[in-house]
Amino acid sequence: MPTVNHPRIEAVNDFVIRFANVNGTGSASANNMFSKAVFRMGVPVSPKNIFPSNIQGLPTWFEVRVTEKGYLGSRGDVDFVVAINGQTLKQDYETLMPGGYFLYDSTKALPRDFKRDDIFEIGIPLTQMCIDNYTNPRQRQLFKNIIYVGALAYLFNMEFEVLTGMVKDQFAKKEKLIAPNIGALELGYNYAKEHFTEVCGLRVERRDNVGDSIMIDGNSATGLGAVYGGATFAGWYPITPSTSVVEAFEKYANKFRKDEQGKNKFAILQAEDELSAMGMAIGGNWNGARSFTATSGPGLSLMSEFLGLAYFAEIPIVLIDVQRSGPSTGMPTRTQQSDVISAAYASHGDTKQVLLIPCDPAECFEMTSAAFDVADRLQTPVIVLSDLDLGMNDHVSRPLKWDDDRKYDRGKVLTAEDLDNMQERWGRYKDVDGDGIGYRTYPGTHPTKGSYFTRGSSHDDYAAYTEDSSVYEANMERLVKKWETAKDVAPRPQIKYRDKDSKVAAIFFGTSAQASYEALDGLQEEGTKINTCRIKSFPFHPDIGKFIEEHDTIFVIEQNRDAQMRTLLINEFNTGTEKLRSILNIDGMPIRARRIKRKIERMLAGENVSPFTTVNSSAQEVEA
Amino acid sequence: MSYLKSTFRHPESPKNDLGYTQANYEGALSTLCAGCGHDSISNSIINACYELSLEPHKIAKMSGIGCSSKTPAYFLSNSHGFNSVHGRMPSVTTGANMGNRDLTYIGVSGDGDTASIGMGQFMHLVRRNLNMVYIVMNNGVYGLTKGQDSATADVGSSSKKGVPNMYEPMDLCELAISLGSGYVARSFSGDKDQLVPLIKGAIKHNGFALIDVVSPCVTFNNNPQSTKSYEWVRDHKEATGTFDLVPEEQEITVQNPDQINESITLHDGTKINLHRQPDSLDITCRESVLSALEEAKQNKQVLTGLLHLNTDSNSTHDILNTCDTPLNRLTEEDLCPGSDALEALNQSLR
Repeated sequence: MPTVNHPRIEAVNDFVIRFANVNGTGSASANNMFSKAVFRMGVPVSPKNIFPSNIQGLPTWFEVRVTEKGYLGSRGDVDFVVAINGQTLKQDYETLMPGGYFLYDSTKALPRDFKRDDIFEIGIPLTQMCIDNYTNPRQRQLFKNIIYVGALAYLFNMEFEVLTGMVKDQFAKKEKLIAPNIGALELGYNYAKEHFTEVCGLRVERRDNVGDSIMIDGNSATGLGAVYGGATFAGWYPITPSTSVVEAFEKYANKFRKDEQGKNKFAILQAEDELSAMGMAIGGNWNGARSFTATSGPGLSLMSEFLGLAYFAEIPIVLIDVQRSGPSTGMPTRTQQSDVISAAYASHGDTKQVLLIPCDPAECFEMTSAAFDVADRLQTPVIVLSDLDLGMNDHVSRPLKWDDDRKYDRGKVLTAEDLDNMQERWGRYKDVDGDGIGYRTYPGTHPTKGSYFTRGSSHDDYAAYTEDSSVYEANMERLVKKWETAKDVAPRPQIKYRDKDSKVAAIFFGTSAQASYEALDGLQEEGTKINTCRIKSFPFHPDIGKFIEEHDTIFVIEQNRDAQMRTLLINEFNTGTEKLRSILNIDGMPIRARRIKRKIERMLAGENVSPFTTVNSSAQEVEA
Repeated sequence: MSYLKSTFRHPESPKNDLGYTQANYEGALSTLCAGCGHDSISNSIINACYELSLEPHKIAKMSGIGCSSKTPAYFLSNSHGFNSVHGRMPSVTTGANMGNRDLTYIGVSGDGDTASIGMGQFMHLVRRNLNMVYIVMNNGVYGLTKGQDSATADVGSSSKKGVPNMYEPMDLCELAISLGSGYVARSFSGDKDQLVPLIKGAIKHNGFALIDVVSPCVTFNNNPQSTKSYEWVRDHKEATGTFDLVPEEQEITVQNPDQINESITLHDGTKINLHRQPDSLDITCRESVLSALEEAKQNKQVLTGLLHLNTDSNSTHDILNTCDTPLNRLTEEDLCPGSDALEALNQSLR
């Protein structure tokens, strides 16, 4: 081993390991096995799959953050690399932190220009070991991944039986595969033990820090939320990263929703495009069957016309928007929070859409199931604004909970009996309760009462077509009243005062929350106390306006170029242009805590810095 | 157009099996141009629903945008209606049908709404075989935007603007037959005797039923150079044969024993008795129907009547294996797996 002129990174349960693999080689399940093993040792873990828009052959990375303190956002910087992909070998080599560890396939020596003297190289002849031990080419490929997991178990001093237990769980139904997988783990473990004793300064030690947490991806929790929320119909069109929402809905519906004859108490149709998917969801809800669709940015654009119809004709809809990098096709497999404005004001004319913004899988579950109640109550579209990071990565999360006494809120729906007992003339859009919401009827309710004509054209209280200006205006103003009602129906922001007197604050939402909290904790340790407001819904609750009023400098932390949430705040509260200061991340990776912290430090020090935590437009400022 | 709709009805108007008169199936006063073919089609829908003794509130009227799509306001005022967005009636109807399989869905669309902006949705609707009646009020022209050619205008046909259309027309019946629709018909708004039974048959058919109705636009496309004018269609119309619709409970009576009769039983037991000449078209065979349509086109004829019938197909709900109870009637007890199931799931995720 060459001499290393840098102290090695030493840490227990607090480091970042990055796996560099080739897409389609089965690496994801091996990497997940490693990550889940850490979790099963009671240590919180945060895996991020960084994958290409490709089926086979392109580079893919899997980053696992081992985090005893439970910081589940992205930290930034890499302490250990497992470099299995020749295409990115140099890049992976260069980006490793000084003092870090570089595990590579030493079947072939590293090229001559790999000359860092500040990192520790761990060469394991993975390919040769596979050739020696396996004859089948597919096995040679798959077991290569398992062998390096075995090596890591030794290097990090992990409990080997946790890994063998995982293999047994994973292949419970394919018992034949258990022994060879454990064999591969042992191969790696023993090789590392023989060649790299006392090399690695990183350790995973058993703790009891995960409690009753679970590991689940946001999209699975969302699909499950739709089952629990009573969704019976999904019309959808496949698009990364939202596809697995409907796949999860289908999986859980098949598990929980069969009647005595084995028939489905749900229906799923794969539509011809997103326009149709949204049209289907509208039709189902119009008939009183809870229906939803799931999409991402490009689909949201296509659904805009229909969202306007649902807004104006007042049809409940649940739309799951799992955001990805835009504009246009953008980076389809990379994360962003860049649909904020296009979702909030989706469609032409004067429209405003209700947004629910989860930050972890438990909230994906809760907000999706709640979204059906909110939509039915308000008779309007509700968009659950998730993102790729939340949707497609496994997250350590609170367990999912359901109150068996909870009843669905179907909103204001008249039965045949209600219609018969009604004294005054019923008007579908008549605001009899003063909350801007009328009473609706499902088709087929009553032989002679309660029928009406649903339309996207201007209509009066009785749903009749009108071009009467004053009637049109009154209707549009009633919709504003309903918007006010929505502020009490949607989830309230999560506001935390670290110091009641502090004039510095931060506002964030969704997946920016975890990294933001971590960055602010770090600043607090250094004496800077920053109050926080996590936005959970739109329309904004008045508490958010109050929070802005209370502070002089407010960092709005989000993952898009144009500071969309900041724009929305300024627009809705008509204030804050001076004091709302952006911290932005647009590189398609989850926003990193270390970068947020550095950025805030520099901004508070009065430096004139770009709001971007990544490369700025002039490429002058590059931070790791 | 007139400005007031008379509410006077003959006190002894005949009643159907449900005790409803035809007035119970009417709608609001039409605001279309006087003489518009679409109003005749609306009346045929009213007749068909009245004669079949359908509960008006168990029918849903669906449409997109355009002159045709306004008509659901002019029939069946006791039915819920949905005037959606341009070209998107198919998807909204699909969702509605998924939500409640027990209603009768009558979709009304136009040639612009279906053959241009809505073509994608139309084709996919057909291939899913959604149980619905899809009526195209086909006038070959955009009326509300004042006279542009539509995608069903024949080559060489010109509207009032006087410029002949140079593009190939879409034949919606041929498309629907190719995509597997089991009930495809073409008719003429001026031929109520033919249209009413076609609508009744379409309602009774389990699966997707298309009726393409040539419906002249008196304002923009009723000139002598148009192949969608009253005069041209009357002169060039050919029928495939006639048929009777015999509800399940009634006995079959053969009206014209000298003609070849074929009796086809629909999903609910209703029978369709076909009367046709010995050498006429076999409408159960889609290859021969497609060539007959092509042949008629060569001969500048409009082939009308029931063009294709195939009762042996599964509708969307059959394919999806959906439960018999309409989805919109399921409650928490049916839908929510509860906390125990969730805790078991949590356990599997640790």
